[in-house]
Amino acid sequence: MSSHDKPIAREASYGYDRQTLDYIRHAAAHGLYEIRGMGAKRALPNFDDLVFLGASLSRYPLEGYREKCSTKTVLGTRFASKPIELDIPITIAGMSFGSLSANVKEALGRAASEAGTSTTTGDGGMTEEERQSSKTLVYQCLPSRYGFNPDDVRRADAIEMVIGQGAKPGGGGMLLGQKVSARVAQMRTLPPGIDQRSACRHPDWTGPDDLAIKIQELRELTDWEKPIYVKVGATRTFNDVKLAVHAGADVVVVDGMQGGTAATQTCFIEHVGIPTLAAVRQAVDALEDLNMKGTVQLIVSGGIRSGPDVAKALAMGADAVSIGQGVLIALGCNHDSYFRNGAHHDATADYAALGTAPGYCHHCHTGKCPVGITTQDDALAQRLTPEVGARHLKNYLKTLTMELTTLARACGKQNVHHLEPEDLVALTVEAAAMARIPLAGTNWIPGASAI
Amino acid sequence: MERMSFDLAQTPLRELNAFLHREASAGRVKQVVVTHPDGAHNIAVGLDCPVEVEIVGHAGYYAGGMNKLASITVTGSAGTGVAENMMSGRVHVKGFASNGAGASMHGGLLVIDGDAGLRCGISLKGGDIVVGGSVGSFSAFMAQAGRMVICGDAGDALGDSLYEAVLYVKGRIKSLGADARIEAMTEADHATVKALLDAAGMAHDPRDFKRVASARNLYHWNADADQEY
Ligand code: SF4
Repeated sequence: MSSHDKPIAREASYGYDRQTLDYIRHAAAHGLYEIRGMGAKRALPNFDDLVFLGASLSRYPLEGYREKCSTKTVLGTRFASKPIELDIPITIAGMSFGSLSANVKEALGRAASEAGTSTTTGDGGMTEEERQSSKTLVYQCLPSRYGFNPDDVRRADAIEMVIGQGAKPGGGGMLLGQKVSARVAQMRTLPPGIDQRSACRHPDWTGPDDLAIKIQELRELTDWEKPIYVKVGATRTFNDVKLAVHAGADVVVVDGMQGGTAATQTCFIEHVGIPTLAAVRQAVDALEDLNMKGTVQLIVSGGIRSGPDVAKALAMGADAVSIGQGVLIALGCNHDSYFRNGAHHDATADYAALGTAPGYCHHCHTGKCPVGITTQDDALAQRLTPEVGARHLKNYLKTLTMELTTLARACGKQNVHHLEPEDLVALTVEAAAMARIPLAGTNWIPGASAI
Repeated sequence: MERMSFDLAQTPLRELNAFLHREASAGRVKQVVVTHPDGAHNIAVGLDCPVEVEIVGHAGYYAGGMNKLASITVTGSAGTGVAENMMSGRVHVKGFASNGAGASMHGGLLVIDGDAGLRCGISLKGGDIVVGGSVGSFSAFMAQAGRMVICGDAGDALGDSLYEAVLYVKGRIKSLGADARIEAMTEADHATVKALLDAAGMAHDPRDFKRVASARNLYHWNADADQEY
């Protein structure tokens, strides 16, 4: 065989696979890190790695369609004189006006109100659309304090002090110039069109002792009426939850690393934080350690997609969940078409113009969302009307709730909050260790006892 | 009931703030004097009417926080975050102010007769701050709008990542932060400084002040410009 006939070597490198080669070339060409939207794309242990042990002889199931299964959820019972009462334990996560269009904010408010749950403002202040359309609105207090003001604090139903989010614990916000429209700029007191960076630390407090005083300020300001949530990105969750409780939180929100964002460095999204599964366990441990389970409520977010995800989070000890990306997908994110004037319109060319395709899009940061969700462009925003968005989102929330009660009944529970860790087993060793749930068919919880 | 007095050694803070929110907002009182504050936090937060409040002594964190319309005087010194997120009205600290004075203010006037600590005017979104003494490091960090007059010196990284706020400094600036630069004073700047000094009751020659504003180089991502992100 002459040297010309030698087969071409096609041995792929594990360490330098195609994605890594692309990454290095991109870095070399641009000298700037990649920024994108949505959450972690890497494979992580998640709620799919757990399954329920339905009732049989040892447990008694409830009749699926006839027997009542309560989903009522009360948040903020510790100090607030007006706790939040929700019909379902599924809430809408904080997403800013700026990252989302005003139409979307209105759709979220309408659907949440009809489903009997809450929605949350996000960085950039409260819009009239979302206040008017949301029966229960949680007002975030973020490091940037964009648009933050005492009037909106008073007309909110709860206040969420945001320390961090799962997509970027330790990082600040980012809104690229193409999304800083005149209205967004005015709400944030910034020049239109600039690439806007939000701070990662609050301007007027620096640690948990300060936070306790800050929370007291918000309580004094609202005459101790409103529940105060503290939201943390999941990292050192056991300690962070304890500190949040010590600082006086009524509700702690823990956002795992699968949580989404409108724009953040990819290195942050994929390499900082711990999976939601591990975070729930640590958060519940912290509350139990302080004997605060049931006094301080726990909301879990970060990659909650389905009714089973909700049920598993509740079984592990969460009082409620919060959903961001699932909500956007219900509104049409990554769909190949958008629905307007009674007809579907193909959007694949718009995805292609962004260099992507339906199913792969994470281009929220560009402001050119092909289905009109994460945009400030008037023409694009018309692709999602509040009515259509609200209808889809309401259906999604309804489906999740039906799945949740189906699973709870199968486990013999008249109330979804009665689901418990004993109802679950793990399918993988990793999930068993992180969630501290026994591996299916065994009593083994890796790491639970000394070897 | 024109004037009311609250002794914080005797009265819970919650009672004072609730009174200020309800009775003062209803116009049933014009002046409130708070004695024995003894460094208590969150005194007179969230006021929403043109009441006058005098805190006789030292206040803790967030005195006058989120103020709207009220005129609040601290005769002693104030802790962290005095007048934070003020929307309108006036807060006057006759002594010194700790860190984050006037943080995220949207409007109104904050006057500090003495020095202010770190991060004075951080995240400023409007309104005016006049400091009779010096300010600590990282003051006016990411300040978006509004004006600051500093009659003494400024610490390190003054005006780091400034947006549209403008700073006037009489004394020495230890260092400027990223994207902050010294610009020439115009007649309009002299008039602004004079008006703010007058409003604060301070006498300095506006011609002795330097103007610090944003070079606006960080407004857009630009890898080739070797920007620091
Ligand atoms: S379709 Fe829109 S919302 Fe979904 S990832 Fe793409 S840009 Fe973001």
